Amino acid sequence: MQKLLVVNENGLYCPRGDFYIDPWKPVKTALITHGHSDHMRWGMQHYICHRHTIPILNLRIGMGHSVQSVEYGQPFEIKGITISFHPAGHIIGSAQIRLEYDGEVWVFTGDYKIEPDGVSTPYELVKCDHFITECTFGLPVYRFPTSQEIYKNINSWWQQNAADGYNTVLLAYALGKAQNILAHVDEDIGDIFLHGAVANTNDALIEAGFNFPGKRITQDTNRSNIKGALIVAPPSAMDTPWLRSLRPYRTAMCSGWMQLRGARRRRGVDKGFPLSDHCDWNQLNHAIRATEAKHVYVTHGYEAVFSKWVSENYGLPAAVFKTLYHDDEAEEE
Amino acid sequence: MKDFVALFESLDGTTKTNQKIEAMVQYFQEAEDTDKLFAIAILIGNKPKRPIKTTDLRLWASEVSGTPLWLVEESYYIVGDLAETISLILPPNEEVTDVPLNTVIKDIIRIRSLDHQTQRTVIVNWWLSMSGTALFLFNKLLTGNFRVGVSRKLVVKALAKVFNEEEAVIEHRLIGKWNPLEESMQTMFHPSGPEAKIYLPYPFFLAYSIENQVDGLGEISDWILEPKLDGIRGQLIVRDNHIYVWSRGEELMNEKFVEFMELHRYLPDGTVIDGEVIPWKDGKPLDFLLMQTRIGRKNITRKFLEDAPLVMVCYDLLEWEGKDIRQVPLQERRQLLIELLNQYPVADILLLSEEKKFDSWEEAQVYRDAARSYGSEGLMLKKRDGVYEAGRKRGNWWKWKTEAMTIDGVLIYAQSGHGRRANLFTDYTFAVWDNGQLVPFTKAYSGLTDKELITIDNWIKRNTIEKFGPVRSVKPELVFELAFEGINLSKRHKSGVALRFPRIVRWRHDKPASEANTKNDLLSIIAGTNE
Repeated sequence: MQKLLVVNENGLYCPRGDFYIDPWKPVKTALITHGHSDHMRWGMQHYICHRHTIPILNLRIGMGHSVQSVEYGQPFEIKGITISFHPAGHIIGSAQIRLEYDGEVWVFTGDYKIEPDGVSTPYELVKCDHFITECTFGLPVYRFPTSQEIYKNINSWWQQNAADGYNTVLLAYALGKAQNILAHVDEDIGDIFLHGAVANTNDALIEAGFNFPGKRITQDTNRSNIKGALIVAPPSAMDTPWLRSLRPYRTAMCSGWMQLRGARRRRGVDKGFPLSDHCDWNQLNHAIRATEAKHVYVTHGYEAVFSKWVSENYGLPAAVFKTLYHDDEAEEE
Repeated sequence: MKDFVALFESLDGTTKTNQKIEAMVQYFQEAEDTDKLFAIAILIGNKPKRPIKTTDLRLWASEVSGTPLWLVEESYYIVGDLAETISLILPPNEEVTDVPLNTVIKDIIRIRSLDHQTQRTVIVNWWLSMSGTALFLFNKLLTGNFRVGVSRKLVVKALAKVFNEEEAVIEHRLIGKWNPLEESMQTMFHPSGPEAKIYLPYPFFLAYSIENQVDGLGEISDWILEPKLDGIRGQLIVRDNHIYVWSRGEELMNEKFVEFMELHRYLPDGTVIDGEVIPWKDGKPLDFLLMQTRIGRKNITRKFLEDAPLVMVCYDLLEWEGKDIRQVPLQERRQLLIELLNQYPVADILLLSEEKKFDSWEEAQVYRDAARSYGSEGLMLKKRDGVYEAGRKRGNWWKWKTEAMTIDGVLIYAQSGHGRRANLFTDYTFAVWDNGQLVPFTKAYSGLTDKELITIDNWIKRNTIEKFGPVRSVKPELVFELAFEGINLSKRHKSGVALRFPRIVRWRHDKPASEANTKNDLLSIIAGTNE
């Protein structure tokens, strides 16, 4: 029997329905799991995504595209295939995509995490026969502390820096991580300022009904008023004149990669917080068991190692789907 | 060891030297005396020997955590640090007890002498009672490659602050391989007169490479110029009718440098000479490699003594008639050295470093550019009226090395690095052409910027041909200019040549692989240096 989903040169493809999920080349119909740039690309004739992803699409790809809005858990059909979007808990609007045809269920997770972040709709378990999962952090060394613990550490570090007369610069991906942080920092400690890229994203998300604290830093912002403040900026702001104008400061990178000492030291930041929007090792293993999938396919991450683990440990047939998704928490944007 | 963990975290968490010094000062003021000495030893790299094979640690970590061994290995490739890998793989511990640093280290030393099964029990017990950074540090000490982000110089600075002493004094106290089990803070830092250790060397004065044009140094006649020889820097001490020879790495080399062991019979007590130990035969220096092979051997056979006899080329006198004369101008120290070498019958093992006289810097430059053909690496420039300083300092001494040899090689294999470079392909193997084939001839690790490393890492991931464990072969496209200090024929290397201190100078974006150098080019460099 033909597989419901395959990988071809354009992306993850459903031959029976003639549509793609998160394609990397321009195609006719594209189902989009979430708004990060390696999953939602320019040039599709028709986009289908969750309602909350639309303002992100407008911001990043531009207005005037043919876009179909979808709600979580509301099935629709393409050529007899039942399709539904389910919360992936990765960022606002992120979805796992479930396909059902002839009694067989496939799920593509996109990027996901199980632990709720208090901002995006929490991950929903979707049982399936064929499970296509990312494995960005698919190694046992990636077992993250709870995010509650990390938020606490971020706040106390900010407090300490403010007391020492330093600004606190948190480097975080503008879409997802930045909001995750902003929703959990203690606004009583001091002022919160935003890099333009983060402020633009926040502004776009207002349309989806989200409000986050923080003032945009513009050319007119008086730098001498920024003292003991928290500044959220994308990783690309490191070592720029923009950042240097905010001295004195201490910098921290917020990313699952910060779990490893080498990654943090390579970044040249003062601190690393392993705050991730992806599943860690425990969460990935939990998801594989809970979906009760009989076939597992792994994409972007440590695919070779993780698929070997899945087939050895669970006795499940596990294959690698070679995709062009890279990790959005990666160190360079 | 809570306070030491906190110290490590603050040292690890900043790149600013002042903050590092502050953190150490605070630790030395607050920690228990019984812990401090162990902390100092670890900070300056005087750490306990690895008590256990790392393969045992991997296996036990695999068993304790229920992670298959192959997955531990794969994780290690990515993390690039075994101690960290093990710490992250072990099951988390909620309840941890704080144990003093000295207890932990004494136990690590004890582990060496236990039987295999007891070793496992002891280590697993520690694993199950520690967490986070403490667990990481414990594993670092177990694997024997513990390094903290502070230089010895910074530790000295911090201790000088704590004891309100000159840095040179502290430097002197810390010299050599002292054993924290046999010392105390009292014996280390407040020794009383006669018990002071007579065998200790002075801190070596080390030169920086000259940064600007030499003509900025003023009149050439104000400087003593000596050929820069390629050997092992050494300090020869005669005190109390004993002889000690120290290397710059602060190792006592008496067992390796047997030639010098009778010198106390000829030289008066209270003599300390600084110089370069080199292999020397028939009136000229031999290749450095010969000495290195000799030093690497546990037992020095008669053949080695005959093939690679050692001498010291002496260039400074630091102590004379029991007096520290480091503050006397170099010109006078050198004069005393010359008289000493003439007066005592030591001419066959102690040679005087030759002073090169040039009328101008231009003339000196001509010598320096051709230095290799005279068996030297360039020139040492020393101010005639300069004092002998402690540690690496600018001003009174400079090294003025001849240009390194370079060659263009093609990147053919890559492997991910360790530590800061973990998970990045940064360890490269390069090849040159030999009859239409690329033959690997050297590895090189250093010389590229972080940005270049990331670009090349990306390129490697996209241009991998094959994977062999942690190593990848890549399309032979990228060309790099490599510099090295020496080159020799070698039977042990596939290409037939061995380089000394190879490093990457730059990425030759302008050159296609076909224009890289050939094996013949390497052979003709060898022919050129041996002329």
